Amino acid sequence: MANENEKLSVWTSISFWRRSAAWVTGFAVILLIWLTFNTMGQISMGTDADLKKAAQEHRVVSRVPGPTVINYHIDYKMSKKRGHEVPVIGAKEPFFGKEWSEKEAAALLHLGKLTSQAKNCMNCHTLLGNGAYYAPDLTKAWLDPAWQKGGPMQAMTNTNTTEEAMAKFLQNPSQYPTHARMMPNLGITEEEAKGLVAFLKHMSSIDTNGFPRNFSKTVEQFKTGGTNAH
Amino acid sequence: MLTSIKTNEFAGSESKKLAMMYFRVAIILFGAQLLMGLIAAIQFLAPNFLFEVFDFSVARMVHINALVVWMLYAMIGSVYYLLPDEAGVETVGIGLGKLAFWVLTAAVAVVVLVYIFIQVGPGKESTIWLINEGREYIEAPRWADIGIVVVVLIFYWNVFATYMKGQKTGILTVLVADLLALAGLYLAGMFFTDNISMDQYWWWWVIHLWVEATWEVFVGALAAYGLVKIINAKREIVEMWLWIEVLMLFGSGILGLGHHYFWIGTPEYWWEIGALFSALEPVPLVAMFVHVLYDWGKEQGIAKAEGKPGSVMKNGPAMAWIVTNAFGNFLGAGIWGFFHTLPQVNIYTHGTQFTAAHGHLAFFGAYATILIGMMYLGVQGAYGIERMKATFKSKMAIFLITFGVIGMTIALTIAGYEQVLVERAELGAGWNAFFVAQDLPWYVQAQIWRTIMGVVTFVGFIYLVWDLLTIGKKEAKAAA
Ligand code: HEM
Ligand code: HEM
Ligand SMILES: [Fe+2]
Repeated sequence: MANENEKLSVWTSISFWRRSAAWVTGFAVILLIWLTFNTMGQISMGTDADLKKAAQEHRVVSRVPGPTVINYHIDYKMSKKRGHEVPVIGAKEPFFGKEWSEKEAAALLHLGKLTSQAKNCMNCHTLLGNGAYYAPDLTKAWLDPAWQKGGPMQAMTNTNTTEEAMAKFLQNPSQYPTHARMMPNLGITEEEAKGLVAFLKHMSSIDTNGFPRNFSKTVEQFKTGGTNAH
Repeated sequence: MLTSIKTNEFAGSESKKLAMMYFRVAIILFGAQLLMGLIAAIQFLAPNFLFEVFDFSVARMVHINALVVWMLYAMIGSVYYLLPDEAGVETVGIGLGKLAFWVLTAAVAVVVLVYIFIQVGPGKESTIWLINEGREYIEAPRWADIGIVVVVLIFYWNVFATYMKGQKTGILTVLVADLLALAGLYLAGMFFTDNISMDQYWWWWVIHLWVEATWEVFVGALAAYGLVKIINAKREIVEMWLWIEVLMLFGSGILGLGHHYFWIGTPEYWWEIGALFSALEPVPLVAMFVHVLYDWGKEQGIAKAEGKPGSVMKNGPAMAWIVTNAFGNFLGAGIWGFFHTLPQVNIYTHGTQFTAAHGHLAFFGAYATILIGMMYLGVQGAYGIERMKATFKSKMAIFLITFGVIGMTIALTIAGYEQVLVERAELGAGWNAFFVAQDLPWYVQAQIWRTIMGVVTFVGFIYLVWDLLTIGKKEAKAAA
């Protein structure tokens, strides 16, 4: 076979294609591994010190901030330079009425992430846009006007802060229906609910390169009493 | 299928009997998958249906897990089926293989029962170990993950030992290398992290590098085997194509992974890398399509020129499913994938029904089709039939299932457009924007059509099972 092929053309030689396949695959794998190392560095959680700096300079320092981000106000602002909105770390604000130490915040986030998996959130909702399409995306849920002051959820749950409204809703979602399609009761405890809210607040501070696009439009419409204000 | 195995070449091969065991579980799980899909589809229209009894999240989890597991079963079955043919020797370690089959099947049964009856657990590590891991497609709890790894190691050992002992054909060489990568990738989905970006980064290694790299190469190898077996295609040409396909599939698919790293917290350079390489992914799918049809025409032409009357086709239904595969792979993965793979488009379509449209046509077109084809090859072998022709039931099955899935895809594509334009572009996403779009009459209509087409698919599935159970007996009788 090999001899025959040599006389013909390299284009019909099995060994030529086999070798090329091996080289191309090897090259792609090496490039992927190299990019993975680079990305791991960029998406590792930031530190508390990073956050302090970010709060002073009103910007993001790490793409994925550390757990103590729950102690800060998070804004979502248009960046002229990047052409889309980016999360901006603002002033300190209490979360469930207090400031969380590094250790406490990490434990709370851990509980929240674990609960999000244990309760299977991803098979109704999307997180960072991945999951199921039965319920709203949770990427920026923390920033959604529906949960802010003056929004329907705080009124419905009879609470005064976003975190309390979310926590109360999560423990008894089918008691606070907004649409015919409701979230079921998943047996979420008070502690787990706090963890989940921390998880959601943390996720909203991740720099998602502008996804979901035009999110601030939702906020604008809400403020001017547009489509979102009912 | 396989109620009575007659005396034929097949009766001697334990490997092929084991293959049939895998196929039978696969088809049962396929049925379960469709029923769960129907429940979830109905819940879109009637949200009170089974609310707080058997919620959407549960139905959907079982739907997509049954999907992944039946395909893995059918893939293992396919390998056990073709292994003795390709290697020219009986598969090594069949006894262990059978044990692994029963262990795996028992584990799958337990996992499904826990999904259905326990559903969710408290926010503790124990839930992830025992109930479910809550990560789409790979929800199986950690204990089952470990069990799966052990079973797959046994399977892989059998394949590898047989390969070393027998003939090393090009098809087998590709399979042995590919299966190692496929199994290894599963490990990337087996750890917990608090960092959701990190979580999804590795999660996609399993999902994407399975369906857009290792599974595709697997399908290329199956199609190569099928062409040699069914229409006597010339091995040299088929294997040369296979290497070209490997080159193009891995060359585009591995870095095409970047199209999932646009918005999960990962750096911007993935926009360019993901766009470039994933845009190339349809190329090998076109090549595979051309290759299958070209070979078929060529073999038929050669037979005619040699004055042999009749068709070169030895298994009508299997070949019909392989051709559907060539077309469906190109359409579902190639075209529907390309639609939303550029970041400029994906920022609007990401996580909408458009994604679901693509997911359905791609999984069906690229994988369900060819694995069903392998089941028909299995039946043919089990009854020792020389030439197996399609029956009325075979034709109803392939027509209704394909028509149903295409119908669902079109409906979901329309629903997706609606969401993209209204929820994303007009209203700018968010809680309320989501519900405004869900309530649009055209969106609701699309969901109704998806459900109707789901029922059509299910009727086709019933024909399929009926055909697989009866076609062998009928043809064997006709031959006698
Ligand atoms: C047989 C091969 C393929 C299968 C089975 C498949 C299946 C899927 C599935 C199930 C998803 C949704 C994942 C989720 O639940 O979040 C998905 C997403 C995606 N696929 Fe594929 N796919 C295939 C090939 C391709 C190809 C060749 C392309 C591009 C040319 C592509 C582009 C995409 C993109 C861009 C997404 C992300 C959608 C989003 O942002 O929501 N796929 N695929
Ligand atoms: C009776 C027919 C079927 C019905 C009614 C059905 C219904 C559904 C529903 C309601 C979902 C959830 C979508 C969402 O989260 O909004 C879903 C997801 C999915 N189904 Fe099906 N399905 C059917 C058949 C199939 C078949 C034949 C396949 C593949 C071979 C398939 C593969 C998938 C996949 C991959 C997903 C996840 C999609 C994603 O996340 O993007 N389904 N299906
Ligand atoms: Fe992909």
